[in-house]
Amino acid sequence: MDAGTDRTTPRLYVPRYTALQRVNHWITAILFVLLTLSGLAMYYPWLYFLSAPFGGGPPTRAVHPWLGVALAVCFFALAIQFLRNNLWNRDDIRWASRFKSIMFNEHENLPELGKYNAGQKAVYWLQLLLVPILLVTGLIIWQVYFGRLTTIETQRVALLIHALAASIAITVIIIHIYAGIWIKGTGRAMTRGTVSGGWAYLHHRKWLRETLARGDQGRTVKAGSAYGGE
Amino acid sequence: MPAYPTLDIVRRSASNEAPPQIRAGNELEIAKLIDVSRCIGCKACQVACDEWNNLRSPIGINTGHIQNPPDLAADVFTVMRFNEWENPKTGELEWLIRKDNCMHCADPGCLKACPAPGAIVQYANGIVDFNEANCIGCGYCVKGCPFNVPRYSASDHKAYKCTLCSDRVPYGLEPACIKACPTGALQFGTKSAMIEVANTSIENLKERGFENAGLYDPPGVGGTHVIYVLHHADQPGLYQGLPENPQISPLVRFWKGGAKMAGLALMGFGLVASLFHYFTVGPNEVPEEAEDEALALEHQQSGNRQPGRTIRPGGSAS
Repeated sequence: MDAGTDRTTPRLYVPRYTALQRVNHWITAILFVLLTLSGLAMYYPWLYFLSAPFGGGPPTRAVHPWLGVALAVCFFALAIQFLRNNLWNRDDIRWASRFKSIMFNEHENLPELGKYNAGQKAVYWLQLLLVPILLVTGLIIWQVYFGRLTTIETQRVALLIHALAASIAITVIIIHIYAGIWIKGTGRAMTRGTVSGGWAYLHHRKWLRETLARGDQGRTVKAGSAYGGE
Repeated sequence: MPAYPTLDIVRRSASNEAPPQIRAGNELEIAKLIDVSRCIGCKACQVACDEWNNLRSPIGINTGHIQNPPDLAADVFTVMRFNEWENPKTGELEWLIRKDNCMHCADPGCLKACPAPGAIVQYANGIVDFNEANCIGCGYCVKGCPFNVPRYSASDHKAYKCTLCSDRVPYGLEPACIKACPTGALQFGTKSAMIEVANTSIENLKERGFENAGLYDPPGVGGTHVIYVLHHADQPGLYQGLPENPQISPLVRFWKGGAKMAGLALMGFGLVASLFHYFTVGPNEVPEEAEDEALALEHQQSGNRQPGRTIRPGGSAS
């Protein structure tokens, strides 16, 4: 996805995610996809065919809650690591208020940002809100183990909230995935752990300055090195 | 006994296909009439039900009450509920006995809630039946039912309830419980015939002083195919919690209706908007100038710090 692989001058690569963070992210991502497929199978008749890759209806029903518990654990581990950089600040308001420039790739109108922009932070906080809601409502409607612990009325409320929260969470992830496709050079952060200096300069200049200023014992690497090069 | 030639399905859970239409309008709706005023609480219906359906629930514990087993279960499709009630008007003790089982609603909440295609079907004769072969064991039917009837089996993770002997009725046999009833408290036939029988019984009850006697055929669920004659039809709750005005919970209706449509629309919008944003605005690429700017920034910064921290091309630290 990197533009200019024919570039002859060295290129700067900046570390963005540790190996542990990438592994954590991808386990969470795989679980989310599996949860989406197995959940949608039970969500609407047209989508029941999605139960086939899980071995049919009963295994889909059986595995979905376990995947959910695993996702909650992985997601919370991820969220703790990403918390500090996702706190809101004034730049976010200035950035988000220029919505049109964001959508039309007009960088020159956008303020310099730290590690995350308001869109990324919105994904973080929405999922941090929705995952616990999905976990709690999911446990309430987990018939095999908890079917008798709450009243049927409570379970009806939980079913409704679970479906609504899941719809929002899936939509947020669709947009999250699209952002990674739209903004070229982003995927590298989660596949290799680094981003190009140009990407950081364009989208998160404040974060780039901070990272460079920190000096970061050899974590800033250039093309051709063992760390960042193509 | 008339024939009820009906294995035609009019509703099928989690399915959008139209049901077969060829016999539409010609089929007789059936009903089981439970005349509570004629019931003596002998439990013959319970035994007959267990016999026909080959159910052998484990021997339970005496709860100090004649009601036995104490509740419906995955392997208990019908249970006689006993209530001792002192009528405040007459001062007399009344023993209210109600045979509890699936009501076979015209508008079944279990079927509405079910996500597994064909796990719950409604026949043209009115019987609502669970097909365990298609059941995925989610327990949504338990949450959808306004009468708290379906029971979830802990052993095979499937839901069970009264079938209204769907394996007898189409062949001209009455349900097993009807066959066993010694007093005529249980009767079976077309729904219109059963309502006639019920009305005669209600008139008799009124003559005997039960001024609130009446038919229980709740319109909130479109009527039921199990109907009761109650001596106190104004207080169905007296018969161990028979609901006053049962209907599919608005929560279940919204969950299965508007909420899911809105959810699908939201997810679809996210997908379509993303695609068309890419096709119109296009990708956001990093220009080479930005890479140069980044390098310049790095040079500037490295001048301000101790050397030996940046790995140069070839991997040697300088």
